Amino acid sequence: MFSHEFVRNAWLAGTFIALACGSIGWFVVLRGQVFAGDALSHVAFVGAIAAATLGVDERVGLFALTLAMAGAIGALGRRAVADDVTIGTAFAWILGIGVLLLAVLATSSAGASGITTANTLFGSIYSLSASASEIAASVGLALTALVLAAARPLLLSTLDPELAMLRGVPVRGLGLAFLGALAIVTAQSTQAVGALLLLGLIAAPAGAAGALTARPYLGVALSGAIAVGAMWGGLSLSYAIGSLPPSSAIIGLAAAAYATAAIAGRLRRRQPGPEPLSAGEIPRA
Amino acid sequence: MSANPSLSLNPIADLRQLFAFPFMVNALEAGTIVAVLASVVGWYVVLRRQTFASHTLSVMAFPGATGAALAGLPISLGYYLACTLAALALGPTSRGSRRRYGSETATIGTVQTVGLAAGFLFLSLNQAVLGGPDSLLFGTFLGITRSQVLILLAVAVASLGALTALARPLLFASVDREVARASGVPVALVDAGFLLILALAIAATSQLTGALLVFALLVTPPACAQLVTMRPLAGLALSVGFALAIVWLGLGIAYFTIYPIGFYITTLAFGLYLLLRVSRAVRERRR
Repeated sequence: MFSHEFVRNAWLAGTFIALACGSIGWFVVLRGQVFAGDALSHVAFVGAIAAATLGVDERVGLFALTLAMAGAIGALGRRAVADDVTIGTAFAWILGIGVLLLAVLATSSAGASGITTANTLFGSIYSLSASASEIAASVGLALTALVLAAARPLLLSTLDPELAMLRGVPVRGLGLAFLGALAIVTAQSTQAVGALLLLGLIAAPAGAAGALTARPYLGVALSGAIAVGAMWGGLSLSYAIGSLPPSSAIIGLAAAAYATAAIAGRLRRRQPGPEPLSAGEIPRA
Repeated sequence: MSANPSLSLNPIADLRQLFAFPFMVNALEAGTIVAVLASVVGWYVVLRRQTFASHTLSVMAFPGATGAALAGLPISLGYYLACTLAALALGPTSRGSRRRYGSETATIGTVQTVGLAAGFLFLSLNQAVLGGPDSLLFGTFLGITRSQVLILLAVAVASLGALTALARPLLFASVDREVARASGVPVALVDAGFLLILALAIAATSQLTGALLVFALLVTPPACAQLVTMRPLAGLALSVGFALAIVWLGLGIAYFTIYPIGFYITTLAFGLYLLLRVSRAVRERRR
């Protein structure tokens, strides 16, 4: 399998994208910002279409629009958490602009719009070039490191913002920076997994980890591991079965992991276990 | 299009032109039905802050349509089946309260991407039948048939009827869940019932607006109405009024131009929302 270059590229990019999605996703779920992640991934799609319409590099559109949306979501709400209704209203409009751009694109370059749409929406991890997958891997690794470095203040400001502020944590700035990191992950992974399916790599491994353990650092590690496992399994499965798209296989495995973990967690909760974590007792790294 | 529609700036002639083609009459009727249904159900969605769950239900149109095409079923049947299935999957976690909990959003997000991944799989197994995902995701109003309009009407009447029967306990449970539970309202049942009504409404709406743009009718008009008033009946009426205005204007503009209706509907809706947000902020500052 690894004798093909496109497979090696897919594994390289996929591993680190999954690692970043899994570990950042754990915080996204903890902060209840999955919907914001969803909005970012849809906006990423519009960014790619806009770039195609303007004739600039796809990545420019992806990064510009997701970062702008992250800024807007952060600015709209206190503590950089915007109301779901506001997010929904705004991203419906941005998608509407995407539709307009698609129509413009369809009239200017016949036939190309369908392929662009399918690729940005559902990703094409097997068509990444060597340089693109190296960039994806280093961005994924850098963001994972960044979030882990900020893990402690981020945890505190999520679980108990008042206490965090008293201790001098810049809660609002941290929230904005976190949304920015989420935006970069979104823009980067859109090329591999696709804008619409990306959410699965963010939400499902984190949900699974949350169902298995309440301990934060173990949860982040577990979430990253499940995401990487789903990525590897999905890539192998889709390589073995020709008609199975890699994105569908990856998401299917991640969701299966969540379902299994949720059932296991529920069975275990029947027995008395340790108390859930409260803000006062966040362990030191 | 069979004739070149052009705007003559004579309102009566333009209106007559709008109704000249049967497809346009169907589109206007379907749009009206969908606007009323979506904005009434959506009023509760906004009150209960279930936007993420409704977004998830609305993208189910995609696996629904592609799956139905693969199985050889009517497309609209696929919409209803997939939305109902997703509503049942979301049922156990849906709390419908104003406070969001992490694991609940993780479940909603996972259900959503599983649906999309399945849809993508169906699409790639069945590339020949559907030209591309564009019209499934972003809707079209040109292809609506007479029988589709009648089915939409039946679905709208059924789900609005069910909502009317559920209206009082649902309002009670949405505003104050604990008190409602204490006074004997079966809150879990009410939640599940509302989710099913929502699934029907979304399946109907997404046939016109496409999976990704349902929000423009489901969430934006009620959100606008709740910016103006929180009184239930006045809010519902206002919400329906906003939705009808948006759909009619959107259809009218789309008819006379070459760009897709989704853009006009979402832009009109968002413009209205911005206007109301700004005017409210100005009013509050003056006080």
